[in-house]
Amino acid sequence: MTYEAVIGLEVHVQLKTRSKMFTRAQAGYGFPENTLTDPVVLALPGTLPVMNKEALDKIIRAGLLLGCDIAPVCKWDRKNYFYPDSPKNYQISQYDQPICRGGEVEIELPGSARNIMGEHRRIALTRIHLEEDVGKLNHGEGESLIDFNRAGTPLMEIVSEPVMHGADEAFAYLTALKAVMIYGAISDCDMEKGQLRCDANISIRPAGAAALGTKVELKNLNSFSFVRDGIAHEIARQTAVVSAGGKVVQETRDYDGQTGESKSLRSKEMAHDYRYFPDPDLMPVEVGAEWKAAVRATCPELPFDRQRRLIEQYGVPYTITSVLVPDRELGDFFEEAARLSGKPQAAANWIANDLLRELGAAKLALAQSKVRPQHVAGLVKLVEDGVILSNAAKEVFVDMFQTGETPESVVARKGLKAETNLDELERWCAESIAANPRSVADYKGGKESALNAFKGPVMRAAKGKADPRRVDEMLRRLLAG
Amino acid sequence: MPPSDFNLDHVANLARINLTAEEKARFGAQLGDVLGYIALLNEVNVEGVEPTAHAFHVVNVWAEDVPEPGLSVEDALRNAPEKRDNMFVVPKVVE
Amino acid sequence: MSEELNYSTISELSGRLHRREISSVELMQAVIARTREVDGRVRAFNSFDEPDALAQARASDERRAAGKAGPLEGIPVGLKDVISVAGQPLTASSRMLENFVSPYDATVTCRLKAAGALCWGRLNLDEFAMGSSTENSAFGTTSNPWDLARVPGGSSGGSAAAVAAGEAVAALGSDTGGSIRQPAALCGVVGLKPSYGRVSRYGLIAFASSLDQIGPFARSVEDAASVLGVIAGHDPRDSTSVRQDVPDYARGIAELAKSGRRWKIGIPKEYFGEGLDPEVGAAVQAAIAEYRKLGCEIREVSLPHTKYAVGAYYIIATAECSSNLARYDGVRYGHRSKDARDALDIYFKSRAEGFGAEVKRRIILGTYVLSSGYYDAYYLRAQKVRTLIRRDFLDAYREVDAIVTPTAPTPAFLKGEKAASPLAMYLNDIYTIGVNLAGLPGISVPCGFTKAGLPIGLQVIGQPFRETELLAVARAYEERSDWRTRRPGL
Repeated sequence: MTYEAVIGLEVHVQLKTRSKMFTRAQAGYGFPENTLTDPVVLALPGTLPVMNKEALDKIIRAGLLLGCDIAPVCKWDRKNYFYPDSPKNYQISQYDQPICRGGEVEIELPGSARNIMGEHRRIALTRIHLEEDVGKLNHGEGESLIDFNRAGTPLMEIVSEPVMHGADEAFAYLTALKAVMIYGAISDCDMEKGQLRCDANISIRPAGAAALGTKVELKNLNSFSFVRDGIAHEIARQTAVVSAGGKVVQETRDYDGQTGESKSLRSKEMAHDYRYFPDPDLMPVEVGAEWKAAVRATCPELPFDRQRRLIEQYGVPYTITSVLVPDRELGDFFEEAARLSGKPQAAANWIANDLLRELGAAKLALAQSKVRPQHVAGLVKLVEDGVILSNAAKEVFVDMFQTGETPESVVARKGLKAETNLDELERWCAESIAANPRSVADYKGGKESALNAFKGPVMRAAKGKADPRRVDEMLRRLLAG
Repeated sequence: MPPSDFNLDHVANLARINLTAEEKARFGAQLGDVLGYIALLNEVNVEGVEPTAHAFHVVNVWAEDVPEPGLSVEDALRNAPEKRDNMFVVPKVVE
Repeated sequence: MSEELNYSTISELSGRLHRREISSVELMQAVIARTREVDGRVRAFNSFDEPDALAQARASDERRAAGKAGPLEGIPVGLKDVISVAGQPLTASSRMLENFVSPYDATVTCRLKAAGALCWGRLNLDEFAMGSSTENSAFGTTSNPWDLARVPGGSSGGSAAAVAAGEAVAALGSDTGGSIRQPAALCGVVGLKPSYGRVSRYGLIAFASSLDQIGPFARSVEDAASVLGVIAGHDPRDSTSVRQDVPDYARGIAELAKSGRRWKIGIPKEYFGEGLDPEVGAAVQAAIAEYRKLGCEIREVSLPHTKYAVGAYYIIATAECSSNLARYDGVRYGHRSKDARDALDIYFKSRAEGFGAEVKRRIILGTYVLSSGYYDAYYLRAQKVRTLIRRDFLDAYREVDAIVTPTAPTPAFLKGEKAASPLAMYLNDIYTIGVNLAGLPGISVPCGFTKAGLPIGLQVIGQPFRETELLAVARAYEERSDWRTRRPGL
């Protein structure tokens, strides 16, 4: 009997706003404990919530980007439960009128090889709603210490339909979701900073069956890899249980990324009765056509759409687009350089290889790079026109990165102009061909490597200052003619 | 007489309040009276009547995303029953 | 002389302060002296901070000297101990908050201070504003200044008693089901509950979010209007506060009085039935007769859903308060049980020790009506009945300008008399509760005394956000009476 897994993911994404969801205390990460609070955050007696407009704009944008239906009217509900990290002992959330319904996330599964685009699928969503985050509990010996800096931060809860079937799919889903959130300036989705959290609901059933099996909720999946590994582990665990004749118990399990094991969380005797009711302190939200249009105008192109466009419109290879697309600013940088240079593939190579290498080594962000699109475009042009050789160009790039000078200025300062002019180069090529009739016959007979025989004499004549690619190209042209 | 499904223990549990045996007996009877009285509402015909969520219809009440000064860490912890290292202390949270 | 001062109105005192006949410090000293003299018997105050009050008074005198006097400059105003004042205790008369000191000002507190008023003391109440007698205070009940064996009403009993006893020139209270109007009636002072959303709730310890409003206690309708003018208005910190201009109430009242407008007064037949004390009924009828003499048209109206108001209230208010009081758990502030073994225990024990019986009862009732499977049958149904109650009033207002009723069914009762039956206590609010459910403004003004010398209150109910008219109608009666010249024999 073979089994198939059915997986649904519940992802919480922290919105990148300056203040909190229902009060204007500053939002942030990594601040000294309890320095980002105000009376509302701490639920002091007498305090009241006020919605953050930016959070609403961001969730509407998320909904539009993911193709959701934006509810014309939605409201806020209180989810009542007691926990030390929850100051009011209720969480303001959305119960039966979430702001977004439906929608989907386009994902890409791993291809058969690194340079081959994998299959694309669309994972359906159930809903997206807004709520507020809770504080952080630090567990010590026999006690817990609470930091409320995170409490009240806007949180988007994205619920997928249970339509994924494997750990790889889940991983791809998270990667794709993160890319959309970054593109939309909605969240940075850094799991280490708690900006993205994921719980998985996993069940198995006989392959081809329609009914869903008993589901297990898996928590504490603290990285995309742990999500993948945890799900894989859980699928294997459930399969083993069922194959041995047992039944999967509905429970919540805690995954340990270090050991790769999961354990059952002590089942709570008290079932959760959240006693949802509309929050009387908050007014409903009406999203009219005007507001939606205003947010729509701020929606960027989706990452996969951009990737497809870079491949089709600019002829950039898939692997290079995979580097250029995830960082929206880098993608913008490339498109500008492509536009200025008219040579998108060359521009792409410089950016994906040299620029990223230099940024990484210097630990700088793109915004801090002295090399701007016009530098790249200028360099591409110099190489294209043969003014400099390609190995000299690499040296120019490194210098530009340090100094911010234009490529022309660097070339002049360092005297890197290619000394060979093209007519002279062509003459040397012709002479080399003429001097090697046997190699000509070999080459014309189909032996590619025979081309190399002509290169040596040409390079010697050029005293090494010839662009090997150009020589290669020239020889082929002359031999073909 | 409380409705037969009014389980005082269960509700007190949800409300996180320990009740003494005496309180359970006394409150049970008193709340029974109140719930009996409240049953009067069942005779109202509410067909087609919208619930009053708010006294007046206002929507989209919000503030711009501009941070304002909050509490100093001293003020935040001033009334804490137990605190250490600028954090609130509670006995161990048992999962 | 001092007693004269202690029973003067804001209008009278503002004039004297302005003319430099007295200073803010002198007035504050008189109030402090009076408080020291009588509060041992009345117990209107949970606490007061004399050095702070005098410091405020000195600052007030400096402002006046600099030509920067505000509309309530130098006027000592008491605050119900559920309204937050930075640096002062905020106890809700509960063991749960016995030692809590608030770090922030309520919006109404900010506005009082900006108007030059002096924040005086923390006034007693039924714990967490739940009650109609102030007997539910964890710190001891307040006595009615007119008869110390009787209750002042509640939940704002301390606020009403302080004004009645001359321990404050005015006071702020809160009203969820009648908690300003009923004690005002029982203590023979003016008490006003504004339309829901007229005054900010930011800084008011929430009981029932969709019903609570802060309002003034005062010695005259004019004084109540002065205070309302200062505290009313939209507040960005309260999403339920309404964006409507605050009119010049004094001017509006005066203009309406001068216009000679003949009000159409509605008398709801459902408010004069069983349970109404005959002396109260007679006093209210006499007041109605005064309106007739003024040329007002008196019409009987019907508010057919009146008998469901208390039931609807106790579902909605308890549901909301069960959630609003969840934050009182001993984790970040408030009482924490010494016996708590783990974090879960903290809740069960701290709340058991910190809350009194009435609070526990209401939290439990509210938790029940919201619990799984009951939402439709109770909360949703009650909110629909609420719509019908509001509709009754709005329908009546097509025929009349204002509605007049008794404020409370009986005068002040003896301490302990109604303590045994919560339900009996709840029915005290029968005339006031519908006004909160409908979100309307309401005011209680003195309209007589029983033979035993206990005050009787007349309630006038107004139209949404038409406080000027409401105050004008109330003033029209007040002008023809001199009930306020009588003082309790303390």
